[in-house]
Amino acid sequence: MVFLSYLITGLGLGSVYAIIALGYSMVYGIAKMLNFAHGDIIMVGSYVAFFVLYRFGLSVPVGIILSVLVCTVLGVLVERLAYKPLRQASSLSVLITAIGVSYFLQNGAQLLWSSSQKMFKSVVGDGGISLFGGKLTLSYITLVTILTCILIMIALTLFINHTSTGRAMRACSEDKGAAQLMGINVNTTISITFAIGSALAAIAAVLLCSTYPSITPTLGSMPGIKAFTAAVFGGIGSIPGAFIGGLLLGVIESLAKAYISTQLSDAVVFAVLIVVLLIKPTGLLGKKVSVKV
Amino acid sequence: MSNTNNTPILEVKDLGIDFGGLTAVNNFNITINKNDIYGLIGPNGAGKTTVFNMLTKVYTPTRGTIIFNGQDTKGMDAIAVNKLGAARTFQNIRLFNELTVEDNVKIGMHNELTYSTLEGILRTPKYYKQEKAAHEKAIELLKIFNLDEFADVQAKSLPYGAQRRLEIARALATNPVLLLLDEPAAGMNPTETEELMNTIRFVRDKFNIAILLIEHDMKLVMGVCEKITVLNFGQVLMTGTPSEVQSNPEVIKAYIGD
Repeated sequence: MVFLSYLITGLGLGSVYAIIALGYSMVYGIAKMLNFAHGDIIMVGSYVAFFVLYRFGLSVPVGIILSVLVCTVLGVLVERLAYKPLRQASSLSVLITAIGVSYFLQNGAQLLWSSSQKMFKSVVGDGGISLFGGKLTLSYITLVTILTCILIMIALTLFINHTSTGRAMRACSEDKGAAQLMGINVNTTISITFAIGSALAAIAAVLLCSTYPSITPTLGSMPGIKAFTAAVFGGIGSIPGAFIGGLLLGVIESLAKAYISTQLSDAVVFAVLIVVLLIKPTGLLGKKVSVKV
Repeated sequence: MSNTNNTPILEVKDLGIDFGGLTAVNNFNITINKNDIYGLIGPNGAGKTTVFNMLTKVYTPTRGTIIFNGQDTKGMDAIAVNKLGAARTFQNIRLFNELTVEDNVKIGMHNELTYSTLEGILRTPKYYKQEKAAHEKAIELLKIFNLDEFADVQAKSLPYGAQRRLEIARALATNPVLLLLDEPAAGMNPTETEELMNTIRFVRDKFNIAILLIEHDMKLVMGVCEKITVLNFGQVLMTGTPSEVQSNPEVIKAYIGD
């Protein structure tokens, strides 16, 4: 029963990682870049939700919608201003730029909202469901997080596989030149990808802060890195991969905390990642990259 | 389109491109009328694909004008030229391998599907109506190329000849007025090439379009093209009917050497 409780906590944590990892993976799949500022979009989303909900006292749906809107606009803006001019540059330049954007957002947040931490309150209340005569308690937020993650996964899969924009995204991830010659606007497609990834980051922000209530300008770094790990774990560029990678990472982390050591949990997570990559370098669901010679 | 058979769909004047100090194509002229099946031939490295790349704006020409479908394409990008009615295939097949055969064709219809991203997520009636129409059009196109039974398989699992046919189907899905085929018969066996010749004529008649093709297979070129331009070292060697081209000593010299 205790194990089950750790497992479900892990799935909750993993669901947040999965939602963030989807953003990483989609952007990587289409723009072929690692957007290290993705975690900081989460941070901005958290602040927006915090101010809307607990400073202006507006309702939860309004808070989530505004947070999603701000993050979407911010994500698209970052792409347009910082990454688009580097479309032809080496991937290293883009990577450094992404790290720069990350620091820019963190410092900007410090300047605007100070570095002192703010306390978020769970958007679904603190209670939970008691099962098996009180032996197993599931918090509402864990359940909501897992459910949200599953819904997002289903919606995203339907979107990618069955809509015109989704097809264009898949085409662009394979061959931008050919896609352009078929009349697809590659820049628009990349913008939409960033918009979706950033909107997901906002949702992850609300869920994350409902579980871990302290908000600081650097709150996005660790979940960002974990989600990136999850994306690599599952096979970067693959959407089901991000989902599975995120969930597994959350579960491993939760179980490591419970049965090995709280301090060592991150080390265990990364050790598992290293083992997986040694056995399957492209990640669990990653495609084999074959280069013709 | 109000074009009659004798109005040019494509008029290229003095087209040229330099890469660094190297002139790859120079003084290239071509006039293609509606319903023409036109061949562009020449030895390897003559600049044929470079011409295609200029026409479809993969490259920006250094000199000259391209009047396509009544408009000067100067300053246009690849998307604009595609919307104006130019669609192409590639010498080294560039299908979307991970996508299904049907999805490859639907990519060509991207600009026809006008429902927004949000309407796609929410699956409005407009989404269903347009996707249904796209499915029907895709299957109809695939039937022409005998690919309809493979609609749901990934493009990469098709045999080579079928992949070449799929590229033509995908290009046709963009509703072109000019279809540019870059070595459509490359790697095909004689039976497949024979079928391809019939398909090329059928496509021209059914869709009422002009076709410009690059090809090394002389049987195909001479059998299907009504007019041919020969390119050598980036310059037009001659333009004429298949029999004129075949009997021209300059052309023979260019192909075989002195």
